[in-house]
Amino acid sequence: MAKQIRERLSGNEAVATAIRQINPDVMAAFPITPSTEIPQFVSSYVANGLIDTEFVPVESEHSAMSATIGASAAGARAMTATSSAGLALMWEELHIASSDRLPIVLALVNRALSGPININADHSDGMGAKDCGWIQLYSEDNQEAYDNMCMAFRISEKVKLPVMVCQDGFITSHAVQNITLNEDQDVKDFVGTYCPEDYLLNAENPMAAGPYSVTQYYMEARRGIAQAMRDSKETIIEVSKEYGEKFGRTYGFFEEYCMDDAEYAIVIMGSAAGAAKDACDKLRAEGKKVGVLKLRVYRPFPAEEIAAALKNVKAIAAMDRAESFSGNSGPMACELKAALFSAKQTPDVLSMIYGLGGRDITVEDMEAIYEDLMKGNFECKEIPYRYVNVRE
Amino acid sequence: MKGLTEIRWHGRGGQGAKTAALLLADVCFSTGAEVQGFPEYGPERMGAPITAYNRISEKPIRVHSNIYDPDYVVVVDETLIEDIDVTAGLKENGAIIINTAKSPEEMRPLLRGYKGRVCTIDARKVSIATLGKYFPNSPMLAATIKVSGLMEEDAFLKEMETSYAHKFATKPEVIKGNMDALKMALEEVRG
Amino acid sequence: MRTDIKKQGLDVKWKDMTTGCAIVHAGGAVDFMTGEWRVDTPKFIEDKCKQCLLCVPVCPDSCIPVVDGKRTDFDFDHCKGCGICAKACPFGAIEMRRGEK
Repeated sequence: MAKQIRERLSGNEAVATAIRQINPDVMAAFPITPSTEIPQFVSSYVANGLIDTEFVPVESEHSAMSATIGASAAGARAMTATSSAGLALMWEELHIASSDRLPIVLALVNRALSGPININADHSDGMGAKDCGWIQLYSEDNQEAYDNMCMAFRISEKVKLPVMVCQDGFITSHAVQNITLNEDQDVKDFVGTYCPEDYLLNAENPMAAGPYSVTQYYMEARRGIAQAMRDSKETIIEVSKEYGEKFGRTYGFFEEYCMDDAEYAIVIMGSAAGAAKDACDKLRAEGKKVGVLKLRVYRPFPAEEIAAALKNVKAIAAMDRAESFSGNSGPMACELKAALFSAKQTPDVLSMIYGLGGRDITVEDMEAIYEDLMKGNFECKEIPYRYVNVRE
Repeated sequence: MKGLTEIRWHGRGGQGAKTAALLLADVCFSTGAEVQGFPEYGPERMGAPITAYNRISEKPIRVHSNIYDPDYVVVVDETLIEDIDVTAGLKENGAIIINTAKSPEEMRPLLRGYKGRVCTIDARKVSIATLGKYFPNSPMLAATIKVSGLMEEDAFLKEMETSYAHKFATKPEVIKGNMDALKMALEEVRG
Repeated sequence: MRTDIKKQGLDVKWKDMTTGCAIVHAGGAVDFMTGEWRVDTPKFIEDKCKQCLLCVPVCPDSCIPVVDGKRTDFDFDHCKGCGICAKACPFGAIEMRRGEK
């Protein structure tokens, strides 16, 4: 196994370190809390001569994604970073990046979307962009944010779909914690050199990117993207497996924590998974059959695999750190229920919204959720899902 | 070191409570511990009360929530005590470390009935004496190490010297003052 | 790779479309019939033409072939009948005619 380095870094430092090790050709970014540090670190790496990335300080996130798309189409390994309203301003270009099938990587530091305006963590930005044709990897901590960033270009360049590497704003982005880093050269070797077959700056073989698509082509074009997303599952697992073999940390679509004989499960993604695991440990010590399924890959949504992992579960708390105003359930809960329905599994599923705008969630909160699952308390008031820690 | 030590810092924006928490995480990291240091962001205003946290542990730390039942509370600005319940959830077998010229006995009545150990450190006096200016960070860090026993004092000083040498590479003249601040603070903690 | 534009016609199946709808290799429009219909059709009146070639560069679709320094009749596989050539001609050698093909 490759040599590992014991370090302590914040989530933003960890992602910036991975970027330094990758040394992408182009990074275009506009600062926005809490992701600002990432382009800040990268531009200082450039200024100090550590990397030769072309850093493009643009005037908005709309321009950041546009410049990244232009650079990627031109043949560069290109990336950006943003949060919240910044991602929202990229909305149009997110679709262009995926429909042009460009291997762009975006470091998303999840933050609540306005309104009301708020700078703290939740997944409303990422969930808002879940249907843009981007692969989405969610990270529990600085380590996962780093590892996902090290893997992102490999996945993206193979399947020709852009990748978002997500971590929770402030909670992990600004928290310093232990981390295990790979050696610079090992990351470079793993990521490899980007050699696109066709690119705009290839004078030998000029090309047109992103042409207008009339009705006769549009559906076929979208069908192609859908297939690429579906097929990316294989690549995500392949790359993650190779990463695990080389660096000792192996990831799948999700992590199954104490799920072997679990009858009650919390399904969750992001930094709050740790609190769920600690609560799980406490209840396991009391002999309770509880477990945690922590989603890493939200796009593509690993429906069949999740349903299989939850095959023997009696009750599930599907926990969303985003409100999607469906009037029905949280966004992940909705897809989870669809996955279970297709698999003809009928456990009780309690959709829960937690942690919006940085609202804290504790081990004790998670224990209470397990207790409700075990007691069969699925009561919801006025809407068919539940809010955690909301004042009533 | 015991299994898990949780510390809550109370300060005002701009005083460096967040930096102190990150420094504590750094110095404990050097002992081989698993560490976590993070701020809780509130209103962006100089002087607004801010909170920062540390978890120092033998085992990897998975929980990212704020700390409600700390082992230690560090108060960087004593004027916060009136407005904020700084001892909320503080364990009785833990301690509170307050930056003040007053004695622990004088401070205890202000602490809403807290029965545990009360420690004080006059970080202003230490800072002015050693650095000539008011930077409460270094004295508070040293006092916290002393009271919590998170690491040996000698190891702490050695590690901090290395850290300062790196941090102040371009202005080595301030290293001695900061080291003196740490040493003086270790002696000056009361309670 | 070079995109075979003939295989990207209106009946192309989704699996046969290029990745990201990219069109690789310049000048592919030559192989693509875009002049199936037009409202007005330019008529080249050779007698009046002085071979000044002012019409050639203004054609948006490069539909005026030049052979040995002289323009020839229009390429009606690609002409859309915009009439810019007729406006550009100083000698009335191009007339736009409705209904003619």
